[in-house]
Amino acid sequence: MAKQCNKLALITSALALCLGSTIAVADAPALMSGASARMLSETCAGCHGTDGASGGPAIPSIAGMNGEYFVELMKGYKNDEVYGTIMNRIAKGYNDEEIALMGTFFAGKDFVAAKQKFDDGLVGKGLKLHDKYCEKCHSEGGKIVEDEEYYILAGQWTPYLQNAMGDFMDGRREMPKKMKKKLEKMLKKEGTEGLDALFAYYASEQ
Amino acid sequence: MKMNRRDFVKTAGAATAVGLVGVPHISLANNKKVVIIGGGTAGATAAKYIKRLDSSIDVTIVEPNPEYYTCYFSNEVIGGERDLDSIKVGYDGLKGHGIKFVQSKADGIDGEKKLVKTAGGKKIPFDRCIVAPGVELMYDKIEGYSEEVAKSIPHAWKAGEQTTILKKQLEAMKDGGTVIISAPPNPFRCPPGPYERASLIANYLKHHDKTKSKVLIFDAKQKFSKQGLFTQAWEKFYGYGTDNSMIEWWPAPDGKVVRINPEKKTLAYGELEEEVTADVINIIPPQRAGAIARVSNLADESGWCPVDQKTFESTQVPSVHVIGDACIAGKMPKSGYAANSQGKVCAAAVVAMLNEAEIGTPSYVNTCYSIPAPGWGISVAAVYKLDTDGNIVGVPGAGGLTPMDASEEAHKREVEYAYSWYKNIVNDIFS
Repeated sequence: MAKQCNKLALITSALALCLGSTIAVADAPALMSGASARMLSETCAGCHGTDGASGGPAIPSIAGMNGEYFVELMKGYKNDEVYGTIMNRIAKGYNDEEIALMGTFFAGKDFVAAKQKFDDGLVGKGLKLHDKYCEKCHSEGGKIVEDEEYYILAGQWTPYLQNAMGDFMDGRREMPKKMKKKLEKMLKKEGTEGLDALFAYYASEQ
Repeated sequence: MKMNRRDFVKTAGAATAVGLVGVPHISLANNKKVVIIGGGTAGATAAKYIKRLDSSIDVTIVEPNPEYYTCYFSNEVIGGERDLDSIKVGYDGLKGHGIKFVQSKADGIDGEKKLVKTAGGKKIPFDRCIVAPGVELMYDKIEGYSEEVAKSIPHAWKAGEQTTILKKQLEAMKDGGTVIISAPPNPFRCPPGPYERASLIANYLKHHDKTKSKVLIFDAKQKFSKQGLFTQAWEKFYGYGTDNSMIEWWPAPDGKVVRINPEKKTLAYGELEEEVTADVINIIPPQRAGAIARVSNLADESGWCPVDQKTFESTQVPSVHVIGDACIAGKMPKSGYAANSQGKVCAAAVVAMLNEAEIGTPSYVNTCYSIPAPGWGISVAAVYKLDTDGNIVGVPGAGGLTPMDASEEAHKREVEYAYSWYKNIVNDIFS
């Protein structure tokens, strides 16, 4: 049985080498590539929830996420360009093909809005602020839209959004220029209460 | 395609199953049967993911307990950070997926006849069997210790009643008392567990006016999981390395516990067998694969079960797979996340085998959080692949520990992620 296994593994790795997806390490046996999108993606569920629908609150849902943005973010983690804790270490375990496969997998899953509490009184203001400052890029109120390359905001877990915003504001994560401009403008006028209103509005989309 | 041995086993398996199913159930006669021994992390995951992949497969879990207490986060129960009920899960979620339960202990596996025998005398036929019994505690490796003694000197290494016993003893202990944790040799379930436990006990003592108390870890090893990060946290929170340290770590050979006197609450340790008395003793005994794995010839002389690491099929008994803490899974540790990941790889392989389809390339992950103090989390992660020798190995350059120079914000974030991890992994397994 062991022999057969080796033979199969050799064939697979030879294939993988042809595709250029295996990193050769001196003296170490090659690693088998070619896992399916499903096989790869289901390893994420322990932290991100079954099919990427997170029970929260700090780990985001990735179900329904735009595939291209998934790839961009994973590569950002892999190259340490995006601030994270464990994701930088995990993203380094996957090659480009594998990341693309996972992106396709999660893009094909239905987004499940987080069931969470929010301040009802801030929702109206949050919607207005969203329309004024965020809608241009995070269109349709931050919901999932075809070809929308930005992150899901509506229905996402608030503690996650707060942490991500904290990373942007404290300089741990680089902000896109447009976002920086709009955010500064919003904060100047509304203060951090403006952010609370935005979070309340996104959380209200259930 | 040429018929190889695996294909032969597969065909033979199908034939046997048809032969075993009685006439009254003829409508079910073609349904393939998987019997899973053990409804813990690995077994429950495999059951659910088999159903997700092929709902026509008849899946039965044989499990003696009506509910399950997760081992993960049980240290927070001991340290008073959460209730025992918060780590209890039932099986209604899995039953909702059409998974059947036989509430009994499995007594044996007949690999030839493809039957699982229960303590209640039932014989359950299978086409493929998945064995996920977790670990067996080897009480007799420490003289004077036994399952009976564990009622007063707890191991608390299987969550539930044992967790409560240890917690209550800590609550009853006066300030100035000594707690001793005896940590086992490798390999064992949850490698960072004893050290997180020491941390959270120290945290409990610190915040309950028992600051003159101490936690001593007597270790059968000379190093341990996340050692640098634990040491750093102990220095920060519990005065480790100073005269007033609330935690002391005694490595082997001196720290190895050889004997216990439960009446006197004394331990003999090290080569000289010196004696020490403690107010609360927690013995985490050496471990091996759960009893069913041994009596069914699945374990080798190491006490653990060798498997084909692509499918988790036993290399000793065909058609029987072993997953979770009981199996030898290359470089993967005996952790909850590893068991969950193995359950999925095994489920995919079993479904492929039963459908005579090609078995895909596996992918495995481990993610393990520890919380040495409230608001201070640390982690280790790895992404694994199978190598061409058939061993599970970490992908080079990936995974690893929380950096030693991580910010306060990062440590706080890791606690938040640990809590979210718990919710999501429990739902992924049991909902």
